[in-house]
Amino acid sequence: MKKKFFIFVFFIFSIFLFQNSVSAYSSDPKQFIQEVVDEAKKILVASNSKENREKELSAIALKVADIKGIGLYTLGGYRKELNEKQLKEYDTLFEKYFLKSFTSRLSDYSDPKIEVISADVKNEKYTIVKSLLLATDKKPEVKIDWRVYTKNQNKPLIRDLIVEGLSLARTQKEEFASVIESNNGDVTKLFDTLRKFIDK
Amino acid sequence: MIRKILYIAIFAMFFQANTANAGSTGSEDLKSPTKITADECFEGFSRAMFTFNHGLDKAVFKPVAKGYRALPVPIRRGTGNAMDNLRSLLTLSNNLLQGDFSAAGNTAGRFAINTTVGILGIFDPASALGLKEKGKEDFGQTLGVWGADPGCYFVLPILGPTTARDAIGKVGNVFLDPVFQITHNTEIDNGVIGNSTYSEHNYYYYRTTSAVDFRAKNIESFDSLEKNSIDFYASLKSLYLQNRSKKILNTESKVDTQDDSDWEEIEN
Repeated sequence: MKKKFFIFVFFIFSIFLFQNSVSAYSSDPKQFIQEVVDEAKKILVASNSKENREKELSAIALKVADIKGIGLYTLGGYRKELNEKQLKEYDTLFEKYFLKSFTSRLSDYSDPKIEVISADVKNEKYTIVKSLLLATDKKPEVKIDWRVYTKNQNKPLIRDLIVEGLSLARTQKEEFASVIESNNGDVTKLFDTLRKFIDK
Repeated sequence: MIRKILYIAIFAMFFQANTANAGSTGSEDLKSPTKITADECFEGFSRAMFTFNHGLDKAVFKPVAKGYRALPVPIRRGTGNAMDNLRSLLTLSNNLLQGDFSAAGNTAGRFAINTTVGILGIFDPASALGLKEKGKEDFGQTLGVWGADPGCYFVLPILGPTTARDAIGKVGNVFLDPVFQITHNTEIDNGVIGNSTYSEHNYYYYRTTSAVDFRAKNIESFDSLEKNSIDFYASLKSLYLQNRSKKILNTESKVDTQDDSDWEEIEN
């Protein structure tokens, strides 16, 4: 009886663990974005300190964004010039840079009202989820599209935000390329710039 | 004399744009009528102009935009609507030049309704009546639709980022904008065009008010972009070129301007 009970508890625990390892979010891209938006909004509305808000937003970003993929995309062709050690260093630096930049941008909104409108399945790897950041007295309405990577259908990940048709990932990629090119193609100078941004 | 200088400038810009296109074939142009990237013409000069404009923005434009934002919302909204309504005349000229008659009908309908029922464009009843499309067109976009590549990228003092194509477009806009044609009065004596009731100053007041309205709507966006950029100049260049490409394609979504091949190697 005792043995059976332990097997039962183990079984239930395993299911719980398995579910968490797949994703705490919906596998449907539209629902997934809705959940991410709701979760971020809760944090932004709560009267937390700025540091706490940024910490909690970073925790969400780590779960829902494909930071490594975005980092590689952002580096463009230059990623082929890096050795394994440098690539690892870049991954670490990019993650810190991304989280700081992402949370800083989001923290500017105290009570964002976002309507998730529709989802457009491009192919098996990508779905574009369309949403609308509603206008306030100060800011006009803004269209935001989320490029959701769906290769693992159980765990969708955000790869890009497209604000009024302008891709943030692409902007970042061109910014990184500019830093590298203005330093005669030396990618390690980008590392220095990222470090400066992180420490700022 | 001024007209001569403008013609020379237009010729020079066309020459520059054509030089930038040298080496590309006609078929490539057809496949990719809206290049998102553009080489720098003279980056050192552009970065210096960018710094100058940025300083000017901090000292003048941003404070003015903040002051404008202190006005009550209905006044700002009404001003923005009225400026957009006047701006739609330039859009109409370009809708026609692009052969987009459906958009031209929409623009003309919106202008007629908003100017009359909407009291000189202060209100926007046209949207409530179903004419919701507010796309803006200019001569740079028209050149893009006709197949012109952007040419090289540079930054103009005060006017900001542009490309060879869009610089020609800026000159073209002056001639194509009915508001300018009505307000300028240099050739009235010759009976060519113009209106003695309005002076050219009105055109510049309207352009300046539009610019202040735009800046006021984007104070936080610019601040956030500056704060989170590692190369602000490059960020603005990228956003400018993406925006122009989007406008030429008349697409609301990046999906149409950026295919998956950009990402295809990144598979975790």
